[in-house]
Amino acid sequence: MSKPIVATTSLAGCFGCHMSLLDIDEKVLDLFKLVELNKSPLNDIKKFNKKCDVGIIEGGCANDENVHVLKDFRKNCNTLIALGSCAITGGLPALRNNIKLKECMEEAYINNITTKDNNKEEIIPCDKDIPKILDRIYPINEVVKIDYYIPGCPPRAKLIWLTLRALITGEEVDIPYEVIKYD
Amino acid sequence: MTNSDIQEILGKYNNDRFRLMDILLDIQDKYGYIPKKFFNLIGQAVGLSSAKVEETVTFYHFFHTSPKGKYTIYLNDGIVATMKGRDNILKQFSEQTGCQINSVSKDEKFGLFSTPCIGMSDQEPAAIINKHIFTNLTVEKVNRIVRLMKKDTPIQKIIQTIYESDKVQNLIHTMVTDNIKKTGSVLLNKYKRGSAVKKSLNKNPEEILEEIKNSNLRGRGGAGFPTGTKWEFCTKSKQKPKFIVCNADEGEPGTFKDRVLLTNYPELLFDGMIIAGYTLGAEHGIIYLRYEYSYLKNFLQSKLEQYKKENLLGKKIVNSDFNFDIRIQLGAGSYVCGEETALIESMEGKRGEPRNRPPFPASCGYVNKPTTVNNVETLSCVPKIINHGSEWFKSFGTEESAGTKLLSICGDCGNSGVFEIEFGMTINEMLEMADTIETQAVVVAGPSGKIISENEFNRKICFEDLATAGAMIIIGKQRNLLEEVVPNFLDFFIDESCGSCTPCRVITTHAKNRLKKILAGKGTTKDLKDIKSWGNLMQKSNRCGLGKTALNPLLTTIKFFPELYERLIKDKEYISEFNLEKATADYEKITK
Ligand SMILES: Cc1cc2nc3c(=O)[nH]c(=O)nc-3n(C[C@H](O)[C@H](O)[C@H](O)COP(=O)(O)O)c2cc1C
Ligand code: SF4
Ligand code: SF4
Repeated sequence: MSKPIVATTSLAGCFGCHMSLLDIDEKVLDLFKLVELNKSPLNDIKKFNKKCDVGIIEGGCANDENVHVLKDFRKNCNTLIALGSCAITGGLPALRNNIKLKECMEEAYINNITTKDNNKEEIIPCDKDIPKILDRIYPINEVVKIDYYIPGCPPRAKLIWLTLRALITGEEVDIPYEVIKYD
Repeated sequence: MTNSDIQEILGKYNNDRFRLMDILLDIQDKYGYIPKKFFNLIGQAVGLSSAKVEETVTFYHFFHTSPKGKYTIYLNDGIVATMKGRDNILKQFSEQTGCQINSVSKDEKFGLFSTPCIGMSDQEPAAIINKHIFTNLTVEKVNRIVRLMKKDTPIQKIIQTIYESDKVQNLIHTMVTDNIKKTGSVLLNKYKRGSAVKKSLNKNPEEILEEIKNSNLRGRGGAGFPTGTKWEFCTKSKQKPKFIVCNADEGEPGTFKDRVLLTNYPELLFDGMIIAGYTLGAEHGIIYLRYEYSYLKNFLQSKLEQYKKENLLGKKIVNSDFNFDIRIQLGAGSYVCGEETALIESMEGKRGEPRNRPPFPASCGYVNKPTTVNNVETLSCVPKIINHGSEWFKSFGTEESAGTKLLSICGDCGNSGVFEIEFGMTINEMLEMADTIETQAVVVAGPSGKIISENEFNRKICFEDLATAGAMIIIGKQRNLLEEVVPNFLDFFIDESCGSCTPCRVITTHAKNRLKKILAGKGTTKDLKDIKSWGNLMQKSNRCGLGKTALNPLLTTIKFFPELYERLIKDKEYISEFNLEKATADYEKITK
């Protein structure tokens, strides 16, 4: 049997979930014995060059580029996993969801202490090359269908490892309560 | 308003932090609002941080931290009011006063606010203006009311003018009609005040407890817990003092039967409380009266004074060794405060957040002393049981539901009001009594209860079948159940959740969004599956009844009106509602 192919990406996340993925220490070597990695920041492959079995997504959608990447993942991966709070609920970035976008942008580019005296023309950057910011953060399951969710901020390394192993080997996972208990 | 004004009010309550509600109510009564700048002063006086004071003030609907108008108009946004034309009344008030909803006019003359059900579902559209109730409003009445307010007419005078009455002493009946549509053998019936008290004081407490237990009286506030058993828990506690609390919060939308008892038969309630006190060895009674009913406070207070004069309250009641007093504690607008432990928290001047149990109020309730909380109607049954005996009481009703029940019938029917029925009546019989045509659904027990369809109308009203604290909202065939009724109920729970439990705070909103999605034609079978599984989660992981029942409007319509959902749901696992153009529209506008 050929190795399953995995792709990963970080949308509006902090890369913490990816760090947690690496936190499985030497099991990383086992993981890569089991899978082949396609598009991912870990190997810097920028574009899908094969159909993948599993796509792992960190972070929600904050801008149009996130949306395009996510849809691209859905198209190219059979199974999509939302990894971590940001992907599942919007997470920390979603704190801005109750504030109007205009106010957020003005705070970021015009009114805050570092820009106050340095942006006299009150410019809010915009260019066809920069992604357009969405009106709020969208959890990824509002944009495309997601098959599995791994909770946590970040999810514990062991939880990621157990889930991936189960998905790859097809064996049932037995996740100990402590691994998904957060309070 | 100066520091010394506030200090005077604090002094009136001996700087007692357990009386914070009264302190805040007095400040608001006198000055119209409670300015933030005094939180510190109040806190210091009663021994709380200013943040704690703020917690309490901001929890309740009727407390305001900024001026709310010389005339503050509250309109019920509950379903029955909406069905009866509340939106038109709102529009008229808004046009005439120049206020948008939930705002105050520029000259601070008018404030116009939304509030949940005010207990007038039999005479909506209704409004509370400066604590006075205006019922059966019409556009024409609104015009006249606003005209009089513009001339600074005192509120009582406005009531008398609008309702053409000169009976000042009878103002409460001028404002609110009783609408007693069916009297019964137990409650809505003659009673000689004090008679059961005198009879009780001649027996020993154990005998009375035995009588109440034997009567199979069950709580009328919703849960139906056997009253005798509840009392017995409290008798076992040796701590003193003990408290008898009457729950007159009547917050379930569509309910108004306690209002009618309080207005017409307060003696039954007072005597019930005194007898409870004697039985449990409690010397203090407190009536927790919802703010919406504050128009009844002076009336009840005068009745209590009469009781004192007749030595039915006070020291050595009717020449016995038993002392008992009753005070009225006003709430300030919060549905969850009807939950007995939230009610206790509120009486202690705190946010109305339900407590964890155990310990139960019977051992550790108000000010951590043994406390029994009973509904108005439950306590009002007690004197009748004492006078006529438990066997007589059991001769009404069914096997597991002894006695009679007051129903508050409202909505799409020709005959809304309060009906005393025997337990065991079917919904069909009830509908006939209420003069209905073409009934689509009955909301049994209000938003937290069940929305049932025609197929269920042969079921019985009693604890063993359809339990209700009294609310019966009739929904005619002309209504859109999923567009009008269910979202209104969900909004109610979203607003009224105290926020302590995550599922109650969060899932309520998610569920509402799912319903919106379904109504937009984007619902999937997965959405229904999710809602059903959330129902289970809500039952298991919320602290109080509010969260446990908050999804009932959805769950029961899914169960009893499956065809309404089937019509809307696509047989798909997933549909995205995301629209990139819409999601970037704000950005495009900002950077244009
Ligand atoms: C959210 C919520 C609101 C409630 N509101 C009321 C109420 O307005 N009046 C009432 O008597 N009981 C209400 N209850 C029930 C009380 O918690 C309590 O069971 C009742 O007052 C006990 O009295 P009983 O045994 O005489 O029924 C409410 C319960 C919950 C969970
Ligand atoms: S879930 Fe936590 S760790 Fe993961 S991207 Fe979001 S903030 Fe970072
Ligand atoms: S269930 Fe809801 S209302 Fe009840 S305690 Fe929890 S959060 Fe508060």
